[in-house]
Amino acid sequence: MSTFYFIAFLSVFFSILVITAKNPVHSILYLILTFFTFTIHYILMNAQFLAIVNFIVYMGAILVLFLYTLMLINLNKDSEPLKSNLVKVAAYIGGACFFITIVSALKAFNTSQLVILTNPNLGLVKNLGKILFNEYLLPFEVSSILLLSAMVGAVLLATKETKTA
Amino acid sequence: MESIPQYIQAIPLNHYILLCALIFSIGVTGVLLRRNAIVIFMSVELMLNSVNLLLTAFSVYRGDATGQVFVFFIMALAAAEVAIGLAIIVMIYRNTNSIDINVLNRLKW
Repeated sequence: MSTFYFIAFLSVFFSILVITAKNPVHSILYLILTFFTFTIHYILMNAQFLAIVNFIVYMGAILVLFLYTLMLINLNKDSEPLKSNLVKVAAYIGGACFFITIVSALKAFNTSQLVILTNPNLGLVKNLGKILFNEYLLPFEVSSILLLSAMVGAVLLATKETKTA
Repeated sequence: MESIPQYIQAIPLNHYILLCALIFSIGVTGVLLRRNAIVIFMSVELMLNSVNLLLTAFSVYRGDATGQVFVFFIMALAAAEVAIGLAIIVMIYRNTNSIDINVLNRLKW
C-alpha cells in the first residue's frame, strides 16, 4: 500500500520537473521517468496489458520521436526566451485554481471506497483481447485507419516543398 | 504474476482521483507557463496520461474491462497526434527558424 504513495510522489515530483526544467532535453528525460512511474501504477493495478503498451508505445516510440525531433531542429540549449513574471504567476494561479476546483468538487462526494481488484484476470492480455476483438472490433479497425492517415499526413507535412509545385 | 493482486489493497479511490487531478493540473500549468512548442506538447502528453491512469483506476474499481480498452484507443490516438504535431512543429521551425509560439501570432485579430 505504501508502494502506491511512494510511486505517486515520484510521479508528481518528476512531472513538476518536466515543466520547470530549463533545457528541453532534460524535460524529455524527466517525462520518460514520469511515464515509467505510470507503468508501475498500471502494474500495481494488475493492468498488465496497459503496462506493456505504455512501456513500449509511450516510452519506446513517442518519447524517442520527441527526442529525435528536438535533436533534428538542434534546440538542445537553454535558448528559450522566458515569459514575463506576470504571465508566470498567472499560469501558476491558473493551474492551482483548476486543481482546487477539482478537489472541492471531490469533497462534495464525501465518500471514498477502496479500489479492490475483484477479478484478477481483468487487465490480462487474454481478457482484453477477447473484448477488443468482439465488442470493439469496428473502433479497432477505425483506429488503424486513423494511424494510417496520421502517418500519411506526417510525411506530407514534414517533406520539403519543391519549388516547381 | 499471480502474486501481484495481493499488493493491490485498500487504496481509496479518492487518492487516485487526487493524484490524476494533480498531474493534470501540472500539465495545464505547463501549457500556460512555457513558450517552447515541444515542451507544451509534452505537457499535453502528461494530461493525456493522467486521464489514462484515472480511466484504468475506475476500470479496476468497477471491475469492467471496457475502461482499459478505452485507454488503448487513447494511446493509439496519442501516437497519431504526436506524429502530426511534431511534423507541424518541424514545418514551423523550417519557416520561422524558431519554435517559440509567440512568433505564431499572425492569426491574431
